[in-house]
Amino acid sequence: MKNKSLVSITDYNRDEILRILELAAYFEANPVQTLLQGKVVATLFFEPSTRTRLSFETAINRLGGRVIGFSDANSTSASKGETLKDTIRIVSSYADLVVMRHPLEGSAKFASEQSRVPVINAGDGANQHPSQTLLDLYSIQKTQKTLDNLTISMVGDLKYGRTVHSLLMAMGHFNPTFNFIAPDELKMPNEYKRFCTKNKIKFTEKSDLNSVIDQSDILYMTRVQRERFQDPIEYEKVKNAYILRLSMLSNARPNLRVLHPLPRVNEINIDVDDSPMAYYFEQAENGVYTRMAIIASALGVI
Amino acid sequence: MKSKKELNVSALKDGTVIDHIPSRNLFKVISILDIEKSDKTISIGYNLSSNRLGSKGILKISDTFFQPEAINMIALVAPDASLNIIRDYQVVEKKTVTVPDFISGFVKCMNPKCITNHESILTKFEVVDKKSVDLKCIYCEKITDQDNIRIIHPH
Repeated sequence: MKNKSLVSITDYNRDEILRILELAAYFEANPVQTLLQGKVVATLFFEPSTRTRLSFETAINRLGGRVIGFSDANSTSASKGETLKDTIRIVSSYADLVVMRHPLEGSAKFASEQSRVPVINAGDGANQHPSQTLLDLYSIQKTQKTLDNLTISMVGDLKYGRTVHSLLMAMGHFNPTFNFIAPDELKMPNEYKRFCTKNKIKFTEKSDLNSVIDQSDILYMTRVQRERFQDPIEYEKVKNAYILRLSMLSNARPNLRVLHPLPRVNEINIDVDDSPMAYYFEQAENGVYTRMAIIASALGVI
Repeated sequence: MKSKKELNVSALKDGTVIDHIPSRNLFKVISILDIEKSDKTISIGYNLSSNRLGSKGILKISDTFFQPEAINMIALVAPDASLNIIRDYQVVEKKTVTVPDFISGFVKCMNPKCITNHESILTKFEVVDKKSVDLKCIYCEKITDQDNIRIIHPH
């Protein structure tokens, strides 16, 4: 894997995914590195995403690289009307790698075509956010000691949540069983269910969270946003049905771990935080090691 | 002696006749072929009765012959279209259209948040279903289906 952009999780096959996770484990054990000495990485955040940007910039610093970039498009020439094409052409002549977050879908793919250096997609609108998916996979593998044959229950907004869609596609390599738990308005789109059927992946669709907890290895929680509902009364009806509380975990498998891409609002009650099954903060930490692996791999320095 | 009421559309000396176009997509075909600004004689038959399609359109374009890429683009909106190439009043070639595997340009991505709708970028689609004509944008990864195909020209 040399000099390779990461635009979409589908850019990586099973072996490449496993290679990234192996590297992430190596960097977790050895977080102080000089692999990027003398290298400059540009972090171009055309829309703010503090968590993702800090995670990437920590990863670059831990690898010994230097960072240039911006965290808000208003402070750049994009606000003067410069095209993405021109910005990428120029920045890619300064830096060795570009990490980009952009509100428009497909912008990362386009940037990777225009750039002279590899581009890592840190989120292109509602489309892809592959480093999130890889850190989810790393967290699953680390807590379950395997990625194969796991039961993963996805909860909340399965219609618009890009993290669950990418995770579903990536887990497709590892013979999972999925439970999709969502209100009617936010059910898993048909194209992803067709993907499961086509790839012989078992799945169930339910609206009751309690019915799946005790059979799950991973509970992947997402936020149910009020603004997704056309009818506010519908939101009021369902909002409490997708809140995880500590008492609901009393009969869970001991290996169950609760993941969440964060930020959390109220869908995981704070009484879960101190449970050994809560893993969302460690998951965020794992993001740094996973991003170290993605960056080192994209630059071909390891 | 020709009746005065009969229109002079049947005879074409040189040119292309495109038949079996679904009526609802006739104007999209015109747009794909980019003949709106042509100065050649063009006869357009619209809402003609057809046993196969119910209602069809037909185009007779004189002194004009099309590139294979443009012809295959017609398949996106008129998969049953047939072409007759006419030279000196004779049909010298008959062609059918095939949906291509990949499309560059011609079609606009229907996703308003796609980068191709915000910057000057040649659109690119993978044809993921040739039968229903589902086009997957290689940039935003969203599907533009046949009913939502809008034709664009780079110029």
